Amino acid sequence: MPRTARRGEGAWGWLFVSPMVLVLGLFLVLPILMALWVSLLHWDGQSNPFSSRAHFVGLDNYRSLLTEDGLDRTLFATSLRNNAYYVLLTVPLQTLLALVLALVVNQRMLRGRSALRTAFFFPSVTSSIAVSTVFLFLFQGSGAVNTLLAWAGVKGPNWYADPRGVLSLLLGALGLVDPDHPVGVLANHSILGLSWYQWLSGPSVAMCTIILLSVWTTSGTFMLIFLAALQDIPRELEESAAIEGAGRFQMLRYVTLPALRPVLFLVLTLGLISTWQVFDQVYVMSRGAPGNTTLTPAYLSYSSAFGDSDFGQGAAIAFVLLALILGLTALQRLALRERTPRTRRNR
Amino acid sequence: MTVKDATVRAPGRPVLGRFPLPARVVGWTLVAGLGLLYVLPFVLQLVTGFKTDPDAAAHPLSPVPVTPTTAAYQRLFGLSRAADGVPFLHWLGNSAFVAVVVTAGRVLFDSMAGYALARLRFPGRSLLFGFVLGVMAVPGVALLIPKFLVLNTFGLFDTYTGMILPLMVDAAGVFIMKQFFESVPREVEEAARVDGAGVFRVFWSVVLPMARPALITLTILSFQGSWNEFTHFLVATQSSQYETLTTGLARFVSGGLGSGTQYPLKLAAALLSTVPVAVLFFCFQRYFVQGANAGAVKE
Repeated sequence: MPRTARRGEGAWGWLFVSPMVLVLGLFLVLPILMALWVSLLHWDGQSNPFSSRAHFVGLDNYRSLLTEDGLDRTLFATSLRNNAYYVLLTVPLQTLLALVLALVVNQRMLRGRSALRTAFFFPSVTSSIAVSTVFLFLFQGSGAVNTLLAWAGVKGPNWYADPRGVLSLLLGALGLVDPDHPVGVLANHSILGLSWYQWLSGPSVAMCTIILLSVWTTSGTFMLIFLAALQDIPRELEESAAIEGAGRFQMLRYVTLPALRPVLFLVLTLGLISTWQVFDQVYVMSRGAPGNTTLTPAYLSYSSAFGDSDFGQGAAIAFVLLALILGLTALQRLALRERTPRTRRNR
Repeated sequence: MTVKDATVRAPGRPVLGRFPLPARVVGWTLVAGLGLLYVLPFVLQLVTGFKTDPDAAAHPLSPVPVTPTTAAYQRLFGLSRAADGVPFLHWLGNSAFVAVVVTAGRVLFDSMAGYALARLRFPGRSLLFGFVLGVMAVPGVALLIPKFLVLNTFGLFDTYTGMILPLMVDAAGVFIMKQFFESVPREVEEAARVDGAGVFRVFWSVVLPMARPALITLTILSFQGSWNEFTHFLVATQSSQYETLTTGLARFVSGGLGSGTQYPLKLAAALLSTVPVAVLFFCFQRYFVQGANAGAVKE
């Protein structure tokens, strides 16, 4: 086919992509550049930040987050700690649950498996605000969860009002530590303005409800990714393993799980990237309370800017978070590129 | 009877035989429990919407309202004690308006851009595709303040334009469409071109009609995305006039800590706000499934 038939294709090409270039350029690239500038200002959201009267403070906003002792750094460190625990629990739990769900739904002899798949996937497609509302109701002090726990003879905590760290509660219950009087070493040393004890006390009870909510809503999506990979495993592979006399456990251990490894990596890294962005649930369920134990960097960035009118600080937090997430994304893409290309990805 | 007859020799027959009976019973119980875990919250949500406030507080787990009432729904639809902080119909109108416009925009602009990136030769194409991939990596929550800044500077803060315009194109949608157009054989287009059709005509009358499955997926994902959108509306608007189901409900629910619980009302509002996406989901589940897997292969 002669190329000359395609006159003016270059112009058409740019015409076709121009809406995309305009929208992404104006509402994604430009905002990032503007925010980068604002993160170097002390700006309260009122005057024009791009005039010469803007109050330029250099890297002060970043310094107060990372190096200077003070409330800003303590809050930021607290939000990092909370989110780190959130990531540490949510990612493994949702991955494991998604894998189990996929294995269940993939059982060819299970009756009603498509209904189950629908049930497992449904929370993923609903609005985060709506499901957060439901969880807020379920986990109230005298709510459904605590009623269930009471049947089992357990007195449930007042979930959203409980700032105590789960890890310190657990160790306290075992008599290993005394939550009210932390050991000297832990209380006297600090990183970023938080004592070792505060870093190590675990996610608060309130944070645990947000973790449960996230695991519940995201496991369905990841289940589908696992399920697609499970259905890609060549049947001959399973059959020959069965002929060799492999039992169920061996089949899972030596055939299924190795075949899922690339997808497992994908699900873990996707989870790692998305869990650092938790915001909606915090906004609806706790707004950082109790005792700042559900504060996350994303929410802190929002509340510094729109709550405390400190947009420079808020933008600086957003950029530290952005750097963290882009770093994780780069790692993921690098690692995925090094793996063998996935040949069966388009079904 | 929990398991299909194992003697049927179908291609879907499992490689290994069936579990022994006790294992099947235990396994099925566990699976049923797991399913219940995913369904029960929605059931409780539905039932609680028909309870009175004291009933919801006293019997949060009861599947039957003591005195069934539609008071919550009457308030939401403005049939009683209207305009007391929950202008639900107004939220609904905003959500529907924004979602429809955004969906239409995304379907058109994403497929145009996807087609150009897949098929048209123009200078800067591969650079632009790299840009799209880069954009997909930018996390939305890091853009809250940046988006506010740009809308504020352009005078679009607290307007419908500011709510809609930034959502009109999404990089993931462009990516999905590009992948699709690359899988379409070139011959059809070439034939149309030989017949003298211009670039736009080939795109509009030949390529787009062939792209129906991808367009349906894109329509559904765009509608779901813009209907459930929260953070963008949160920073793009301020007045209650522009509240959508997500921002309105979020402010009502999270601000209501001191002002009584009103759970039947909150849960009924949350339930109604999920209905459109739920209906789409139950009718077009396989497109949602495709969407979930498209998200997985975007690297």
